[in-house]
Amino acid sequence: MTATASAFLLTAPAAVPLAVAGTFATVRLDTRRPTPATSPVPNRAGAVLVAEAPAPEPARSRPHPAHWAGLVSAAVILLCGSLLAGDVLDGGPVSAYSGLLRADPLTVWMLLVIGAVALIACGATPAYLAGARATDRAARRYQALVHAFLAAMCLAVVTANLGVLWVAVEATTIVTAFLVGHRRTRKSVEAAWKYVVICSAGIALAFLGTTLIYYAARQAGIAEAWALDWPTLVARAGRLDPAVTRLGITLVVLGFGAKAGLVPLHAWLPDAHSQAPAPVSALMSGVLLSVAFAAVLRYRVIADAALGPGFTQALLIGIALLTMALAAALLLAQRDYKRMLAYSSMEHMSLIALGTAIGSPLALSAVLLHIAGHGLVKSVAFCASGRILHLEGTTLVGRVRGLLARAPWSAGLFGLAVVALLGFPPFSLFASELGIARAGLAAEPGPAWATAVAFTLALLAFTALTARTGRMLLGPAPDRRTTEDDPAALWPLLLGLLACAALGVTLGPLDSLLHTAAETIGGP
Amino acid sequence: MSEDLYTQLLDLSCGAFLLAAVVVLWRRELVAVVRVFALQGVALAAIVVLLGIHEERWDLVGIGIGVGILRAGVLPYLVRRALAALLAGRAHSEEVRETQPLVNVAASLLTAAALTLLAYAVSRPLVELDPIPATRALPVGLAVVLIGFFVLVTRRRALAQVVGFLLLDNGITATAFLAASGVPLIVELGVSFDVLLAVLVLQILTTRVREAFGTTDIDDLRELHD
Repeated sequence: MTATASAFLLTAPAAVPLAVAGTFATVRLDTRRPTPATSPVPNRAGAVLVAEAPAPEPARSRPHPAHWAGLVSAAVILLCGSLLAGDVLDGGPVSAYSGLLRADPLTVWMLLVIGAVALIACGATPAYLAGARATDRAARRYQALVHAFLAAMCLAVVTANLGVLWVAVEATTIVTAFLVGHRRTRKSVEAAWKYVVICSAGIALAFLGTTLIYYAARQAGIAEAWALDWPTLVARAGRLDPAVTRLGITLVVLGFGAKAGLVPLHAWLPDAHSQAPAPVSALMSGVLLSVAFAAVLRYRVIADAALGPGFTQALLIGIALLTMALAAALLLAQRDYKRMLAYSSMEHMSLIALGTAIGSPLALSAVLLHIAGHGLVKSVAFCASGRILHLEGTTLVGRVRGLLARAPWSAGLFGLAVVALLGFPPFSLFASELGIARAGLAAEPGPAWATAVAFTLALLAFTALTARTGRMLLGPAPDRRTTEDDPAALWPLLLGLLACAALGVTLGPLDSLLHTAAETIGGP
Repeated sequence: MSEDLYTQLLDLSCGAFLLAAVVVLWRRELVAVVRVFALQGVALAAIVVLLGIHEERWDLVGIGIGVGILRAGVLPYLVRRALAALLAGRAHSEEVRETQPLVNVAASLLTAAALTLLAYAVSRPLVELDPIPATRALPVGLAVVLIGFFVLVTRRRALAQVVGFLLLDNGITATAFLAASGVPLIVELGVSFDVLLAVLVLQILTTRVREAFGTTDIDDLRELHD
């Protein structure tokens, strides 16, 4: 492949969503405005979306065709991911701009996951915007921020420079802040405040850690231009000062762990995920968490080469078990179904952290498969929960009854997504959880015990999830107006579930990519 | 510049840098806090410029001036503007004073001392790796990071939390420059841009918190809980 072509493929996943964001920010879509009567929020300076509320029946607004343009970003990310996959598997990692952008199998895997989840979220967006009766201005602002968010996540996975990686992850916090707080209710403003403060402070720790690793690398004689370059650091990790690296890696794991929803800086997650619009929650839970975790995966390779595997393993196992215990406990007491999904994300992230701690090739393959499966299913679950919120006007589990009888499509997809989250076959989460469990039990006694404890706690979480979802979906329909929405708009959700089920049955062409990606993060 | 003079000037600026963080803990008027924060930005810029002169790297001197403009000029200006917006809403507002911090001033100052000792203990391996005057001053950066965190978790006014976040960030920048003369320029630019945007976002959110809750007391933000 020519240098120009690879530079183009590496630039496009970040540049195209940015261009789409710019287009939405500048181009006025239409002059057709909803009548003022349908807009309960007064049009203050910078007024954002209208609260999600059950639609009054006759005046149902249709999705605006221009909002399908959002699918362009997802398609470009998927296409570049697939093209890069071929090149990376044939000829090894490709890089451009003197190593600033670089694609290895892990990059390609993450790009494909981002693209797939973006396809679900962007596919669900037109229906969401129509349902929320967004004004033209609010809808454009929403789209611009979502696409800037996609661009930042893609930049985070295609860069080889650990400093740029940090900048991209922090940029996701900034562009999603107003998406979390878009409804301007007390709850969403509170969630946005906590989100920005906790994530920025947490991720600042990761920057301090990055700085310390840079200091160690400079002292190890690596030139300034390469001291934050991931492949260089991996190749020369043995020369890093162990004491400084240990301090640096602890800060990095805590910092990126904050963004990945891991203890101790997880407090923003349930609030932000429950307040953000459904497609944004889908993106945050489905890919943002794992993009942040991919940074931990990269640093782990450096730390293990510099310190031996024991240190990060102990650190990650501790964090994983604490996160799992907290998520299970709060799931048992949960009354809000969007928060329930948020805590379920924490539980799945802790399984991913556990798999990373185990660190055998089987565990790492299972971790990557889990990232993909969780991304697909959780985005379906959040988009479906957005439909349910739209139908019912409440996020309380106790107020939703007999949904399957009234709105079979939305409820059915939500139910199937929860079944997939519980790890039932044929969905790929079954295969990946089985992989993590097998790898864990085959490992040394420490990780084996941790695996046993973690899966016991996960069982508790599953019980809670089943009980809550059962109450919402099953039972006779109460005597209320039936408002099943247009099932045709649910195709992205169906597609997501089908993709996850397909991944559970066979990896097909992705098989070799998954295994080389696991080798990439398995150490030099 | 002689080695001795350089060391003394560097230590002086680092001392001023740490002192500013402690004074932030001491003062309650947010206007005064922001003024002290701006002075800390000057001290930080002085550290960077000194390092640049000593290593005869004129690009570093330029970066130091840039850091000064951002941290002693632009960021304090943004916080001050947010304060002015709060004041405009209500005469003699309680919003601009930290009336009841969760930890009182005396205990805060003692904690700052303990945190500084902790920073020196934690950063021993960092200093030992390359003991030159700059890295010997490095614990000061870590101490400011810890004090920033402390301000962030114990202050109740939204803008005091913003100042805590900025202290934390100043501390990290100082650590980066003292340890390795700063991260590469492209990263430094990205980081500064991110911090600037984060403060802009927080400034807008402060107004929204005030509109939604009628106060910027973060303790009143308790709609979301389990």
